[in-house]
Formats: sequence, structure tokens, C-alpha cells
Amino acid sequence: MRRVVVTGLGLVTPLGADVETVWKNLIAGKSGAGPITKFDASDQKCRIACEVKPADHEYGFDPNKRVDHKVQRQVDPFIIYGIDAAGQALEDAGLTEMDEPTRLRAGCSIGSGIGGLPGIESESLILAEKGPGRVSPHFVHGRLINLISGQVSIKYGLMGPNHAVVTACSTGAHSIGDAARMIRDDDADIMLAGGAEGTVCPIGIAGFAQARALNCTFNDRPEQASRPYDKGRDGFVMGEGAGVVVLEEYEHAKARGAKIYAEVVGYGLSGDAYHVTAPHPDGFGAYRSMEMALKKAGMQPSDIDYINAHGTSTMADTIELGAVKRLFGDAIGSVSMSSTKSAIGHLLGGAGAVEAIFCILAIRDQIVPPTLNLDDPDEGTEGVDLVPHVAKKREVRACLNNSFGFGGTNASLVLKKV
Amino acid sequence: MSDTADRVKKIVVEHLGVEADKVTEDASFIDDLGADSLDIVELVMAFEEEFGVEIPDDAAEKIATVSDAIKYIDENKG
Repeated sequence: MRRVVVTGLGLVTPLGADVETVWKNLIAGKSGAGPITKFDASDQKCRIACEVKPADHEYGFDPNKRVDHKVQRQVDPFIIYGIDAAGQALEDAGLTEMDEPTRLRAGCSIGSGIGGLPGIESESLILAEKGPGRVSPHFVHGRLINLISGQVSIKYGLMGPNHAVVTACSTGAHSIGDAARMIRDDDADIMLAGGAEGTVCPIGIAGFAQARALNCTFNDRPEQASRPYDKGRDGFVMGEGAGVVVLEEYEHAKARGAKIYAEVVGYGLSGDAYHVTAPHPDGFGAYRSMEMALKKAGMQPSDIDYINAHGTSTMADTIELGAVKRLFGDAIGSVSMSSTKSAIGHLLGGAGAVEAIFCILAIRDQIVPPTLNLDDPDEGTEGVDLVPHVAKKREVRACLNNSFGFGGTNASLVLKKV
Repeated sequence: MSDTADRVKKIVVEHLGVEADKVTEDASFIDDLGADSLDIVELVMAFEEEFGVEIPDDAAEKIATVSDAIKYIDENKG
């Protein structure tokens, strides 16, 4: 069977715009949360977010590095983040200059949960105020979810599969899992895979706040607002950014002497068939997703050293934890599990990919990132190492990464040291 | 240089992300400045907003160079 390994990483997040900076800040226990600066949020119930920082910030993002000026004007932020993260991953993998036969076998699977919400919002206002003749000719293709994959394929000449997953907050994990299958099935040798989101805009914040999903009670203490598993948790903090990996067939990577970070060994998927926003109260879907990923990997729970939880800082945290406890049984005592959403917020469609990269870096550096703000652990958390407050040095042979989305869509990945 | 020409060039630089010195009066939007047909639709919209003129589709199709745009605007602005 064709094996799939990770040979390149790219990140744009609220804690930095390159992999090493993000990881350093995450391990140091920094928070990317703050008051919303992208628009006047004074009339919103939620006035905080984990924003990608501007270029002049200590760890800000400079879109001019990898995205053409003209493209920047035409597309929504999620596409800009995605193009940059994809470029970083290709550079990291040493694949920016590929010959045509290689490019014919190289594709993209970079999705988003919502896509171009800020542009849909602003162009709708133009339509209402100035009429249809003032709507941008770039409106549609500047907002479409598959346009990260589209833009990246055009920029780098990638002529293999061109795919884009849309499964809400499971997008990033499904993108990587689906792309790994494409390589396994011999559709491609190289796939750029990941997800991006950029919905820090008035209707995005209002929409999630009205759905009772966002934290609206920590506006004066943004860095403490995302507190997975803590008794005081009260909704997620919106994040933004992108995570993209280069997936490559193992022999292909070995033959060119590529740096190999990890192997994608397991992928599980399930549906809750329960409720549009709430997870199944028994965590049945989450359980089956994790179980399938482990089975595909041919691994036991005791082979997993770190779980990057979905853990959004909502009531659902303990449902996921309950499912993990049932699946792991006695092995729960030896695994570490944390939610990095405590530091970077919830990147929605980008979350699964960004968090898969954190798993890969945990394997590389043999250290697991912390769950911030876990001051008063909720009932049900006993007996589980949730890595409160500070990162932890430990053996990391393999990781499980969970993502669950609105609509009851679940995805789990197992990543392993090669 | 006329006021119209200055303002047209500023819009072109901003929208197409090209160096200001490349935006000469005889520069073709597509051949010299890297625009595609949708960029021209967007430029025409920007000219309409900036100068308060209406540029119908059949007139817009004939605007191929920077000077075509300047000329049309000077002849039609109120």
C-alpha cells in the first residue's frame, strides 16, 4: 500500500505567520486573543477574537510576501491566508520549482468552513446601497471556498486533483484525510492539504454570537476567554488563519531526500445524525470517528501519546472527553490531551489543519502544547492529563487529532513518527 | 498632465498593482499592464465612481488603453 507522509508545513495564525514563530509562542503559553480591531465591534455582544496580527506586529502577517497585490484586492482574507500557508509549505518541502511531470501529479485540497463571509457582507451592502452595477466582477471567485486550491494551483502550476472540503469545523481534518486517500489511491504523489478561515467581520461575529456559540462574557479579559474544560467556560473565541501541509507518497519523498515530519496513518469519519449545532450528548459520533482512525492506523489507544482535542471551550468539551475516556479505557492514564484553541481560538475550517500541524510538531520536538486558562477543571476531567497552563516535555510517538463540525460532522486523524 | 489623467492613473496603479511609471497614456490595460477582462470591468466601475460618469458596456469595450479611458471621461463627464 502507498504510504503518505508530511514533508512541508505552513501556518498563518493569531500567534504568528510562520511555523516556528507560532510553535514557539504556543509552547510559551501565549494567547492570540484580544479586542476586535478589524471593525468597530462596540455594538456586538462579543467584542473579542483571536485575529491574525497586522504586518507591523511582533508576530504579524505580511500578505505581500506571497500573495500578488492584485489578488489581495480581489479575494477575501481566508484565501490570502491559504495562499500564504500553502506557499510556506511548498518552500518548506523544497517543492516551489517542480518539473511538469511532477506538477501533473501534484494537487490541492485546501478548504474552508464558511469562505468569503466578509466580502459577501460588504458586497451585499454595496448591492443594497448602489445597485447591481456596482457589485465587483471579482465578487464570486473572490469568495468561493475552492478558490484557495484554485489560486494555489495557478500560482504553482499544480495540475493534479483540485479539491476543497466544506465541512464546517472539521474541514481542515477532512482535507488532510481526503488528500491522503488521493495519494494512497494513486491519484497524485503530492498534495497540498489544509484549511483556512477569515470570518472576523460584523455578520460573522453576530451570527455565531446569536447561535450562542461564542464567548460573550469575557470581553474585558480576552486572553482568559478561551478556557476549554474549565468550569467557567462559556463559548469559543473566534480565530482566523490557515494551516497547510505538503502530503507526499513515502517513496517519492524518500527518493528526493525530503525531510519527513510524520506519517498520516489513520483517518476516521462519522456523522452524528443528531442536531445541527449540538453534538450527540453521548459523544457517539466522536467515539466512532476516533475508533475508525485508530483501526485504520492498526493502532491501540495505548500507542497514542498526545490528543489534540476539538475542545472549543463550550459545553461540548466534556462530551468529547467522555468519548475519549470510553475509547481509551486504561490507556487514558498515559495519554496527554490538550486544546490549543485555548491559545489561538477556533479557526473553524482552518482548525483541523492547524492542529494537525501542532501534532506533527509535538512529534518532532517531543513536547505537547498546553491548555491555557484551565484553572478550575470541570467534573469529568479527573484522571486525564489536560496539560494545564504549561507545555509538557514527554515522549510523543503518535498523535490523535479530533475535529467536529456543525451538522454533526466528525473527523479524526492519526499521525505517527516515521 | 490633466487632472483626469492623474486620477485615472492613480486608479489603475491601485487596482492593477503596477508601478506608476508603467502607466503611460498609450499603455494597453491587457497587453502592457497585465489586466484581464474582469479587471477592466472593475476599472470601468472605479472610473464611473470617481468621475460620476456612466460608461455603458459598448463604450467600455472600446477602452483598451489609458488614453482611451481619459478621452472618454473628458468627453462625457458632467
